[in-house]
Amino acid sequence: MLPLNQMALSDSFFGQKFGITEHDLESYLSEALAAGGDYADLYFEYLATSNLSIDESIVKSAVQGVSLGVGVRVIAGERTGYAYSGDLSPDKIRHAARVAACIAKGPSQIEKTGFDESHKRNLYPLLTAPHETSLTERVDLVKRADRAARAYDKRVFHAQASYIDSLRYVLVATSDGVLSFDRQPLARLGVSVLARDGDGSPQRGYAGGGGRVALDFFLNEKTPEHFAQEAARQAIVQLDAVPAPAGEMTVVLGPGWPGILLHEAVGHGLEADFNRKKVSAFSDRIGQLVASPLVTVVDDGTIRNRRGSLNVDDEGVPTERNLLIENGVLRGYLFDKLSSRLLRSGTTGNGRRESYQHIPMPRMTNTFMLAGDSDPGDIVRSVPRGLYCASFGGGQVDITSGNFVFSASESYLIEDGKITRPVRGATLTGNGPEALKYVSMVGNDLQLDEGVGICGKEGQSVPVGVGIPTIKLDRMTVGGTAG
Amino acid sequence: MIDPELATETIRLALDRGATDAECTLAEGEEFSALVRMRSLETLKDAGSRAAGLRVLVGQRVGSSYTSDLSAEGIRKLVDSAIELAAISSEDPHAGLPDPSELGKLAGDLQLFSADVNTLDTDHRIEQARQTEEAAFAADPRITNSEGASFSAYSGERLFANSRGFLGSYRTSSCSLSTTPVARQGEFMERDYWYSSARSYSRIESPAHIGRRAAERTVRRLGARKVATQKVPVIFDPQTARSLLGNIFDAVEGDAIYRQASFLAGKLGDRVASENVTVIDDGTLSGLFGTSPFDDEGVPSRRTVVIDRGVLRSYLLNTYTALKLAMKTTGNAARGITGNTGVGHGNLFLEKGERSPDELVRGIRKGLYVTELIGSGVNIVTGDYSRGAAGQWIENGEFAYPVSEITIASTLQRMLMDIEPPGSDLEFRSSVASPTLVIREMTVSGQ
Repeated sequence: MLPLNQMALSDSFFGQKFGITEHDLESYLSEALAAGGDYADLYFEYLATSNLSIDESIVKSAVQGVSLGVGVRVIAGERTGYAYSGDLSPDKIRHAARVAACIAKGPSQIEKTGFDESHKRNLYPLLTAPHETSLTERVDLVKRADRAARAYDKRVFHAQASYIDSLRYVLVATSDGVLSFDRQPLARLGVSVLARDGDGSPQRGYAGGGGRVALDFFLNEKTPEHFAQEAARQAIVQLDAVPAPAGEMTVVLGPGWPGILLHEAVGHGLEADFNRKKVSAFSDRIGQLVASPLVTVVDDGTIRNRRGSLNVDDEGVPTERNLLIENGVLRGYLFDKLSSRLLRSGTTGNGRRESYQHIPMPRMTNTFMLAGDSDPGDIVRSVPRGLYCASFGGGQVDITSGNFVFSASESYLIEDGKITRPVRGATLTGNGPEALKYVSMVGNDLQLDEGVGICGKEGQSVPVGVGIPTIKLDRMTVGGTAG
Repeated sequence: MIDPELATETIRLALDRGATDAECTLAEGEEFSALVRMRSLETLKDAGSRAAGLRVLVGQRVGSSYTSDLSAEGIRKLVDSAIELAAISSEDPHAGLPDPSELGKLAGDLQLFSADVNTLDTDHRIEQARQTEEAAFAADPRITNSEGASFSAYSGERLFANSRGFLGSYRTSSCSLSTTPVARQGEFMERDYWYSSARSYSRIESPAHIGRRAAERTVRRLGARKVATQKVPVIFDPQTARSLLGNIFDAVEGDAIYRQASFLAGKLGDRVASENVTVIDDGTLSGLFGTSPFDDEGVPSRRTVVIDRGVLRSYLLNTYTALKLAMKTTGNAARGITGNTGVGHGNLFLEKGERSPDELVRGIRKGLYVTELIGSGVNIVTGDYSRGAAGQWIENGEFAYPVSEITIASTLQRMLMDIEPPGSDLEFRSSVASPTLVIREMTVSGQ
C-alpha cells in the first residue's frame, strides 16, 4: 500500500473501486456551479462498520454493514444548497449536483483549473485497520472483557461489553482546487457492569476507550481486562456512595475525561457558526479575559491515533492545533470553510460532518487544557470541604446563555484536605464565560481521555476527545440532594 | 416504492445459505429542509436514501448486517455477512422470532402518510419558514437575533418480512415548522424555540402562532437569576414533563428489566407512583408519531396500561425480553435497519387531570416552574435524578422572575410518589406526551 501522501486519485479507494477520475469530479463540480455560486464541493464516503457485543456471557449481537454515498454542496454568499445520493452512478451524482445548485442564482465567477492533491502526513498509519482483522480475534475482546468483569468481585452480577469499529474512506473534491483522500480507522471497546451488595440497590460502572488505532492497542496497551476492571471498580465504589451535596462549593476535577468541562463550558461556544451569527455567549469576546490566567485551552486534531484526530477535516482542510484560550484570554474560534469565508478568517480544520448525508459545520476534535505546575496531591490537600470528581457521564450546554451542565458518575467528598466518602451521581452546573475564572490551581498531570467521546450537535454525532490536568474550581454549583 | 420481492428474495437467499430463520427490513426515505435566518434563505437540503437490513438465525446463533447497496451483488454480500457473523456469535437459548400466532398488523388506514408534505413547492416552504421567523421578530423588540426558522418534511416507507410468512409495509410522512429566536438584554442573551410537527402539513400550527410562542418563551428567560439552594415544589411544563415520561419508559422497557438495570425491576403489581399517575403506551392512535400497524418484528401494535393509578401493571416488551421474563410480547419491538430488536414505545403518555396549568401554578406558594432541562443526570439503575434546569420562580401563585444555572434533584422513586393531580393540557406533539406535572418536593441547587 502506498502512503496516503503519495497517492493519486487513480490509486485511491474511490478511483480503484468506482473508477472515479479527475475529469468526473470536475464535471460534477461544474454541474453544481451551473446556476452560479461561490464554491462547491463533493464528499464521497464509504463506511464499513462492525459491532460485536456480549451480554450475560453470551455473544448475542454481531452486526456488520456498509453505507456509501456522495454529498454535493453549493455555497452562494451565506446560502448553502445540499443534496446527496446513495448511488454513485454519474446520473445520480449529476442529479444531486443540480438539486444543490438550486440555491444559487446568477453566473458563477469560478474558473476551475485542476486539483491540488494535498496530503502531508498520516496520523493513523495502520497497515491493517481493526475492521480488516478476523472476526474471531475481535469477538475475543468482548469475551475477555466479560470474564474479567465477572472475576473482579463477587458482587458483580451482570456484565455487558461491546466492541465497535469502522473504516471510513473519504474523498473530498472542491471547486477551489482541493482534492484529498483519507482512510479513517476507528475502534472502541466499552464495558458496563452492574454490582449489588446483598439486597441493596444495584449500581452501574462503565469504562471504555480506543481511538484510530490498530487491534494491537487492545491486545497490548488498553486491554479488555483494563476496561472491565475499571468498570467493575466504579460499580463497586458506588455501592457505598452517600447522597451528593447540594449548593455552591469547591470542586476538584481529576485528570482525563473530566475535560468534558472544557468541551461544554467553552468548546461549543467557540464554534464559529455560533459566533458568525452572534448567538454565542462568547461572541465578540476575542481578546477578553474569559478564564483564570492559569487556564490555556487548545483544540488539537493532529494528535497521533486519537479518537478526535483527522488528517484532513470533512472539507479537505488539514487539521491543526488551535489555541482557544491562552492564559485566560480568549484567542480564537473553531472554523469550517463557510464561517471562515464569511468572517474573513483563516481555516482551522474543524469542518466536520457525521456522514455524506450531512452538511459540515464547525466541530471540536481533541479539546484539552494544558498542564500547570501544581502537584495533584497539593490541590486536594488545599480544600477543607468540597467535591472531587473522578469521572463523568455526559454534558450539555446552552451556547447562548452559556449555561452548561455535566454529570459526575464517580465523585467523592473532600473533607479536611482528604478524599473521603464516594457520593452518588450529581450534575454540576455553571456559566461558560464565568466558570473558568474560578480555576485557582492547575495540576502538572494532563491526561487525555481513553477514547470514548461522542459529541452531538444539531442532530450530527462525531467522535471527539477531551483532556484536562487535575484542577481546582473555587466555586461551582453541585446538584445533589443532601443539605 | 419498495419492492417486496427484494425482501422475500433476500430471505430465500439467507435460508439457502444455511439460515434457519431470517428477518429483512427495507427502508427508504426522502428528506427536505429549508432554513431561513435573519430573513434570508440560508440552507436548502433535498435528498433521498435507501437501505436494507438482514438478521439471520442459524440455530440459536444470530448474525445481522445492513447495506445501502441494493444491487444483486450488494444483497449477496449482505447475506454472506450475516451468515458469517452468526458463526462467531454464541448459542443464545432465548434467541428467536415471534411465534407465528403473534404476527399480524392492524387493519385500516392509520393516517400515517399524507401526500401534502411532498406536494408543496419549495418557494412556499421557504415562505412558511420566513413568516415564522418574522412573527418572532414582530412579537417583541427584544428579539434582535435568531438562529433561524426551518421547514422540514420527510416521507418514507418501511417494509418488514420474515421467514415465518410475515410481510408488511407502511408509508409515513412528517412535516415540521420551528424557530429559535435570540433575545438580548444588556450583555446577556437567551434563546428558546417553538415548533409544530405533524404527519400532515394541514395539521401544522400557523407561522404566526409558532413565531409568537417562540418569542414569548425566549423573552421570559431574560434577566434570569440563580436562587438559593432549597427544597420546594417543582412544576414541569408539558415539554419537560415529557422527559419524565421518557425516564419512566427507560425504567419499564424489557432490556433494563431482565438485566435488573432498572429501579422498577421486580416491581410489577407494586405501588410505584402516586394514585394521580396513569401511564399508557398506545401504538394504535390514528395519525400520531408513535403509531404503526406492526412493530419492528411483525407483531401488531397495541395499547398497554403501564402504570394504573400508581400501580405498575406492565413492562414494555419485545419477543426476546418477554421470553427472558416468561411473559408475552407487548408489541414494542424496535430496531433501526437491522440487529436484534430493542424495545421502543408507541404513543407514551400520562393521563391528564382536570386542572388548568394556571390553576396548578396558582396553587404553589413558593416553587419552581421548569421550562428547560439539560444534561443526562438520570440513573435508571438507582433512580438518582439530578439535571440542569431553567424556568420561572413562583411566589404566591405567580411567576416572580426567571431562573437559570440551577439543578433540580431527587430520586425517580420519590418523584413518582410525589406527583400531584396532573394538568388538563395533554397534547400529542410527538410520540411522548404529558400534561403539566407538579412534583411535591425536589432539591433546587443554586447559590
